[in-house]
Amino acid sequence: MITEFTPWASLIGGGLIGLASALLMVFQGRIFGATGILAGFIAPASSSDWSWRALLLAGMVSGPLAYYLVAGNMPEIQTPVSRTMLIIGGVIVGIGVTFGSGCTSGHGVCGMARFSRRSFVATLTFMITTGITVYVVRHLIGA
Amino acid sequence: MRAFSTYLIGLIFGIGIVISGMGNPAKVLNFFDVAGTWDPSLGFVMGGALIVAAIGYQLAFRRKAPIYQPNFIVPTSNVIDRKLVFGSATFGVGWGLAGFCPGAALPVLGAGDPDVYIFFGAMVAGIFAARGLMKINVNRQIQSTVTNN
Repeated sequence: MITEFTPWASLIGGGLIGLASALLMVFQGRIFGATGILAGFIAPASSSDWSWRALLLAGMVSGPLAYYLVAGNMPEIQTPVSRTMLIIGGVIVGIGVTFGSGCTSGHGVCGMARFSRRSFVATLTFMITTGITVYVVRHLIGA
Repeated sequence: MRAFSTYLIGLIFGIGIVISGMGNPAKVLNFFDVAGTWDPSLGFVMGGALIVAAIGYQLAFRRKAPIYQPNFIVPTSNVIDRKLVFGSATFGVGWGLAGFCPGAALPVLGAGDPDVYIFFGAMVAGIFAARGLMKINVNRQIQSTVTNN
C-alpha cells in the first residue's frame, strides 16, 4: 500500500510530540513514555500516582476528536495487516516493551533527547528488528 | 489548573501523533520498507520530536524542580543488559508485524477504529504476560540465592 510522503505534517506532528514530552518534564517531572504511563495506569503503585496518568491518557485519547473538530474528518488509519497479525504483533509489542522498559516514545524520543545510553541502544535495536521484520514479511514471505 | 495542564499535555501528544502519521500503520510500515513502498515521513516525526524534546529538556532541567512535583523522576541506570536488548529487539518484531507502537496506539483508541482495539487488547495481554514471567524469574533468583546460602 503506497502512502503519501508528508514531510511538513510529520515534522509539525513530531514537534508536538516533542513539546508534550518537554512540558510533562517541566510540569510533572516525568518521562513521556507510553509504556510506563500505561503500565502505571493499569497497575498503579499508589492512588496519588494514578490520577496524572489517567488525565494524560484522557488527553491523548482526545487527540483524534480534536483533529476532527479542526480538519472536519477523522485522521487516516490504514492497517495493511490481518487481524491475526495485529493480535500476534500486539502481544509481542506488550512483551517487548515490558522487558525493554520502553518504546518509541520513552526510549526513541524522551531517552534519546536526554542522551541516555540505554535509550540509544534500545532505539537502535528496535529500529533494526522492525526493519528486518518488515523486510521478511513483505519481501521474503510475501514475495 | 494542575489537572487541566496534564490533560492538555496528553492532548498535544495525541494531536501530534495523528497529524504526524505515527498513528497510521500503513505509513509507519512504509518507513521501514525501503525496498518497497518507502515513505520517509516517520524520519521527520522522529527528527521533529527529538529536536524539540532535547531543547525542552535542557530548559526543564535548569529548574530545581518541576512545577507540580518536588523532584524530577528520571531513570538513572546506564546498564546495557540482556533484558534491555532482548526486550527492545522483541518490541521491534511486534512493531514490524502490526505497525502500531504503544505511544501511537493510545491516542488512536479515540478514533474508534476496531483494529486498534484488537491491537491494544493483545498488547495489554502481552504486558501482563511479561510481568508474570519477570516475577517467576525474580522468585527463581531469590530461591537459588537461598539454596546457595
